[in-house]
Amino acid sequence: MPDVKEKGWRNDAYAKVTGKAKYSDDLKFVNMLHAVPVYSDYVHAKLVQVHTAEAEASPGVVKVLTSRDVPGSNHFGQIIRDFRIFADDKIRYHGDVVAMVVAETRAQALQAAARVRIEAEPLPALLDAEEALRPDAILVHENHGSNIINTHHVRRGDIEKGFAVSELILERVYETQFIEHAYMEPEVSVCLPRPDGVMEVRGSMQHPFSTRRFVATCLGVPLAAVEVVGMPLGGGFGGKDDTAAIVCARTALAARLLNRPVKMAYSREWSIRESYKRHPYRVYYKMGLTRTGEIRAVQCKIIADGGAYCSVTPWVTWRSTVQCCGPYAVEHVHCDTWGVYTNNVVTGAMRGFGSPQMNFVIESIIEEAAAELGLPAIELRRRNMVRQGSVTITGQKLDNHTVSMEQVLDTVFQEIGYEKKLGCCSHGQGDGEELYGIGLAMSYRGVSLGAEGVDFCAAIINVQADGSVILDVGVHENGQGSETAMSLILAQELGIDLDVIHYKRSSTSTIPDSGTTVASRGTIMGGGAVALAARELKLKIAKLFAAELDCAPEEVRFVANQLIGKDEKKSLPFAEAIRRMFQMQQFPYALGVYRAPQVTWDEEIGQGNAYFTWVYGCQAVELTVNKTTGKVKLLNAVACHDVGKAINNTMLVGQFFGGMAMGTGYALHEDLNVVDGKISHGNLNRYHLPRALDLPEMKAVVVENYDAVSPTGAKSIGEPTNEIMAPAIANAIFHATGVRHYKLPIKITAQDSTKGGR
Amino acid sequence: MKLTVNGIQRDITRAQAEKRLIDYLREDLDLTGAKIGCEVGACGTCTVLVNDRPVKSCLKRVNEVADASILTIEGLAAQDGTLHPLQQAFIDAGAVQCGFCTPGMILVAHALLLSNPAPTRAEIRRAIHGNLCRCTGYQQIIDAVEMAASFYGKK
Repeated sequence: MPDVKEKGWRNDAYAKVTGKAKYSDDLKFVNMLHAVPVYSDYVHAKLVQVHTAEAEASPGVVKVLTSRDVPGSNHFGQIIRDFRIFADDKIRYHGDVVAMVVAETRAQALQAAARVRIEAEPLPALLDAEEALRPDAILVHENHGSNIINTHHVRRGDIEKGFAVSELILERVYETQFIEHAYMEPEVSVCLPRPDGVMEVRGSMQHPFSTRRFVATCLGVPLAAVEVVGMPLGGGFGGKDDTAAIVCARTALAARLLNRPVKMAYSREWSIRESYKRHPYRVYYKMGLTRTGEIRAVQCKIIADGGAYCSVTPWVTWRSTVQCCGPYAVEHVHCDTWGVYTNNVVTGAMRGFGSPQMNFVIESIIEEAAAELGLPAIELRRRNMVRQGSVTITGQKLDNHTVSMEQVLDTVFQEIGYEKKLGCCSHGQGDGEELYGIGLAMSYRGVSLGAEGVDFCAAIINVQADGSVILDVGVHENGQGSETAMSLILAQELGIDLDVIHYKRSSTSTIPDSGTTVASRGTIMGGGAVALAARELKLKIAKLFAAELDCAPEEVRFVANQLIGKDEKKSLPFAEAIRRMFQMQQFPYALGVYRAPQVTWDEEIGQGNAYFTWVYGCQAVELTVNKTTGKVKLLNAVACHDVGKAINNTMLVGQFFGGMAMGTGYALHEDLNVVDGKISHGNLNRYHLPRALDLPEMKAVVVENYDAVSPTGAKSIGEPTNEIMAPAIANAIFHATGVRHYKLPIKITAQDSTKGGR
Repeated sequence: MKLTVNGIQRDITRAQAEKRLIDYLREDLDLTGAKIGCEVGACGTCTVLVNDRPVKSCLKRVNEVADASILTIEGLAAQDGTLHPLQQAFIDAGAVQCGFCTPGMILVAHALLLSNPAPTRAEIRRAIHGNLCRCTGYQQIIDAVEMAASFYGKK
């Protein structure tokens, strides 16, 4: 049996370290055509006509497709149906695809793409999210009537009273940038029109069911006539939903119309140009506190640039709204949030999902407030943080799980030696070239979708006559190790060896639609479904064999590949029981469904039990800032997160490190630099992703407070690790330089690093 | 011209000589372990070893590596499929997540350990600096390279 507790066994690791793993672009099919997208150079324009004749006459070209070729709906979206398969009435951003060339080879398709002529009338572009709110603003979608995609609110207590009783009021404005998911594998799709009439879709996407909806809508066929098959995915981080699904829809369209297999493999430039990004935020934040450090009131205005299409902007900004005060219980809160259309690149889901922006704001201002009050920032956090039984700013009482905010804070505080090191910070003064600082940040996070949507997940356990097991789960392997986690949960529940379990690669035709593998919901929802399916299966088996084990069905235990009776007097090998079940005309088969506990939400006042459980995390970082160059060097980083229960420790800490690295890029380096609606940093040689020398040695500390709401006790880790690194770094930079930064990524000038000091 | 790929000598046609090395490996030999990630030499997913040195195969034409010996990820494990200790270390250390950078990472690490079987963690960071990974934060990749080093030292 693979040694999992200590080592990093994964069901896909052998294939991945030997190069045998076949990703979407590694697939080849006989008679396969190649497709490439065609873009215009406009940011906002009325599309008059697309001239395809010259391209169609190019060598090897089979067809050039435009919106006119879409048999189903050219418009689709998960919330608002504003995405276009191909631009039709207008070009709304620089990444809009106007046409697609399909040819015998990719080289031929590329050559012909340059010959597609786009006739359009340029329109003035709307490039600022706040301008989008003005009554006289340019409209991105005329039919929508305004540029407002959505609004959210929190109304709690009496905001005026809250500020009236405050003795310190801080008002600050924060801004964050467009960043790229930068999954290492760009989007790809390979579609096969099958003889049974089903369109088989493979591709680099992280949401097979969403992809199926996009494909079926585009083709105008029922969902059952599309089968989306999971492939090894070269990373997603939230970024391979809508726009990756549209890549699949276009490819499927070509395969349907031409009745041949079609591949469309995106270059990195196309991927960066077209795919959705993390929302840039502008946040106006006002906090009122008493002299003794109680936060009395928070008023904030959040404006998120949604770019040209809605995508999941309403959901992203909802999380920002619910978590707009961070892990602090505040009596009087008034929050208004807008997601708006602009002609900038589309924004949507990205690891963290509206929380990294807000945590940067909250965890920065709380330190400023503490300094103003002459209190240690840690002390201010302790006075206001949520505890067991606290009521959140949306009126949710935190009493159904262990509220471990203080535990994770204390753990990091001790682990990194925060108090002592804080005394060593430079605050802009020091003799050497390097200024030293330490900083931390913390957060709580609602688990899974909350009131964003219907939240349930399926798992199927299908034991074969020889005792081997096929496991099929409605969550998707994005690279994080979800298949391995699901297999581990099953092995544990059934008491069987891991190597008899074979995880069935996902297909939308075999497992019920279980939603997206997003919101850090894979382990809690998928794992919950596996555990419930296993428990149902065990009961089914136990009922058949309990009599011969001399006990009640509920007393049969499944351990070490055996069914064991009460008091361990009698046992039966698992494989033997399975073999006999088939003779008894009984299938050892179970469908498990985990339904997330109910949540409540009043959209008008932003009150309700927003999430069915929460996770808590804290991260700290040490760094130096060079006085001359302003260059930041991270020295050390420590993270502590309460995950409920660790399923696979090796992969779990991998999530810590990956999230912290991504958060470091967000804080210091990453910026797509969108100028006049066009991305300046359009490939990885110009977009600064964290590299090995940019990162410090990192330490992960796992806290496990078993959560009874989750069938396995496990909660979430993917996003929490990514959402607090930026404020931890911002705070450390402040302690090093004495200069507070309100904008990401943090750019330190030589002046900054010497003008601080207290 | 000729090229040795994973120990097998290959005759190169004139057309093949003009191809990018990555395309020759992926299209002509079906060695798809080397990936296409950026095509400008920034990400390192296309890394292969040319005479034991890491090369970004998206930046090289086949005729630029004439007569060289190429090692791709497919050539690292034993013929019977037994993993090379470095590959095993990547698994044991949890250095594999999405796996897209893994072939390139393993190969740059292999090149490092061939020339320096006892690298410090800082030296490992320097060696893998040209290869991007978005999943792991590099921490467990560095652990893996450290774990495998003792094998190279013994050789």
